[in-house]
Amino acid sequence: MVKKISKNPFNGTPEQEAKLMAVIEESKHDKSLLMHVMQEAQGIYGYLPFEVQKMIADGMNVPIEKVYGVSTFYAQFSLSPKGEYNFSVCLGTACYVKGAQELIDKLEEVLGIGAKECTPDGKFSLEDCRCIGACGLAPVITVNDEVYGKLEAKDIPGIVAKYQA
Amino acid sequence: MEMVNIKINGMPFSVPGGVTILEAARYAGIEIPTLCYLKEINEIGACRFCMVEVAGPRGNRLVSSCVFPVNEGMEIFTNTQKVHDSRRTTLELLLSAHDRKCLSCVRSGSCELQKLCLEYGVENESRYDGEKPQWEIDATATHMVRDNNKCILCRRCVAACDNQAISVIGANARGFDTHIGSAFEMGLNSFSCVECGQCIVNCPTGALYEKDDTKAVFDAINDPDKFVIVNTAPSIRVTLGECFGYKVGTNVTGKMAAALHRLGFNKVFDTDFSADLTIMEEGTELLHRIKEGGALPLITSCSPGWVNYCEHYFPEQIENLSSCKSPQQMFGAVMKTWYAQKMNIDPASIVVVAVMPCTAKKGENKRDDQAASGFADVDYSITTRELASMIKTAGINFDLLPDEQFDNPLGEGTGAGVIFGATGGVMEAALRYAAEALTGKELDSVDFTEVRGTEGIKEATYTVGGLELKVAAVSGLKNAQTIMEKVKAGTCEYQFIEVMACPGGCVNGGGQPIQPASVRNFVDLKGIRGQALYEADKNLPLRKSQDNPAIKMVYDEFFGEPGSHKAHEILHTSYVKKSLYND
Repeated sequence: MVKKISKNPFNGTPEQEAKLMAVIEESKHDKSLLMHVMQEAQGIYGYLPFEVQKMIADGMNVPIEKVYGVSTFYAQFSLSPKGEYNFSVCLGTACYVKGAQELIDKLEEVLGIGAKECTPDGKFSLEDCRCIGACGLAPVITVNDEVYGKLEAKDIPGIVAKYQA
Repeated sequence: MEMVNIKINGMPFSVPGGVTILEAARYAGIEIPTLCYLKEINEIGACRFCMVEVAGPRGNRLVSSCVFPVNEGMEIFTNTQKVHDSRRTTLELLLSAHDRKCLSCVRSGSCELQKLCLEYGVENESRYDGEKPQWEIDATATHMVRDNNKCILCRRCVAACDNQAISVIGANARGFDTHIGSAFEMGLNSFSCVECGQCIVNCPTGALYEKDDTKAVFDAINDPDKFVIVNTAPSIRVTLGECFGYKVGTNVTGKMAAALHRLGFNKVFDTDFSADLTIMEEGTELLHRIKEGGALPLITSCSPGWVNYCEHYFPEQIENLSSCKSPQQMFGAVMKTWYAQKMNIDPASIVVVAVMPCTAKKGENKRDDQAASGFADVDYSITTRELASMIKTAGINFDLLPDEQFDNPLGEGTGAGVIFGATGGVMEAALRYAAEALTGKELDSVDFTEVRGTEGIKEATYTVGGLELKVAAVSGLKNAQTIMEKVKAGTCEYQFIEVMACPGGCVNGGGQPIQPASVRNFVDLKGIRGQALYEADKNLPLRKSQDNPAIKMVYDEFFGEPGSHKAHEILHTSYVKKSLYND
């Protein structure tokens, strides 16, 4: 999959920037620390939008295309922010055979976004994930730290509604 | 170097240890075909096309010869059925994701993929048809187009861009979705591409090509109300022949002039004239800056790829750039002012076409402050390849053309102008002028050989007229970066630096005829083409810019003297500080 690039405006704070700059400062002597800096940046911002990759590129003195190339090569990097509530659908084998794809389809419909995307108001995001080890509850989704198991597509609107308030 | 004994296809050879199988095979007179391999620039073993069989304890195995070193006793087979099958399958797999519109492809006939498909007997282009990626064409740049539907992901363009210290393109995403492009899928024009075109001349397929201006030029020629003047850059005369099957380094000046006449241009002039003019202005500027205390080192501004680089990457140093327009722009400026006046032609009806070894020239003529007459100095800048395509479209049999001359009065150039096309040439031409300007005496020898040759950085110190002049000639932007770091740090001792964006100078420019990797890897293209320019210089009666009668004429009739107020208005320009991101 070509990663989706978020259209949500960048809302980085001066505190986040100061944190990232500190990481860059201690890493910029060695360009091979680029991955490390990117991981830290994702920890700070939750994702790696243009503005963040530009800070990394300029700070590490690496062309921005090199940063972007790495960010699109590894699955661990996200170009889309996490919402206040992150819906994560398990696509492990057990969940998959029990109909996880239908849960994703329903979530896409209800939330109005695709996988790896965030709603414009920053409230909800949607992603798929590998097996989370709750196969007995298949199919499973998590919303932040809450786990919902043995779901059917018709359960989805109710769950979303709980967080819409 | 220690030699090792190997066998290739059963024949014994002794080759230097440590070389790759690919290089060793060259010693044995065997050419192993490659796709992704570019010597010293892209040695990544990615495309798996150069596979050969190597004998081992568990039977023969396929290895990629471009990265596999030879060792003592190695037995190599380059021509087995297994090798052929492997190569053909690789091609068929590449074709499965390839936009196979070969008939209308700009590289039809010069495409390395197409050639190999024929050679390896690919009979069914659709053998592995499946899902095909559909990529949007990136035409945002001023000078070129990227069509990833023709891309085979060899990464030669990426390597060429990295080798220029630019890296505005790279491989994005992974697996089936891998594609070459710029950050965040933005157009090339969003970033600090310097338009050098080295990616284009290194592309094996039709994925990269310059924006075509030939149709517009034909339209101008066919418009009876237009007076169309063409001029050809110094290096074109020694490279154009390659498009018509001539050996690398063949000088085809006469046939080129004949072809241009037959294409229907109203006047066929030589950019050598304005190269000489550049020397008069730039040499004067150098002496002025040294005597009056201007920004030093003075750095040449003939190469628009270099000017773009300086503006984007070293914006604080733009005051070091010579304020002289490039020869292309000076030529157009003189045409639409002095020549228009002299010939009583309305500059509005003059169309200036420049034939250049360069894709950055397509951006240069659209810059601000490049319209001395009120009209753009240069209307169209076309590459050597585009000129060749026009000659072919017009049905001109290049082979049968007689040798003709450029038209007067601006068809006259000197050896100093001719060598502009090779790295160090502008420097040498400037020295030929400066030495005489400083001493007032005629030079005994006009050869400044220290600044010749294709090394990336050449340094020399000359004492002329009591003045010690430290100079450097640099080509390739990675080398320019090295020098500019010194200039920025204030640790640079030179007073005068020539920089050419492309490695080896214009003879190896991004607009030059495309040679396949099999030639690029093993033939010193820039060296041979450059040598042809020095030969031409040696054989010319006039070898110093100041001796060009046309130069004397334009100063007598129009500009007064080099560096005059009028010369500054028409022949000089300005630069802009830029960043790595455009918008």
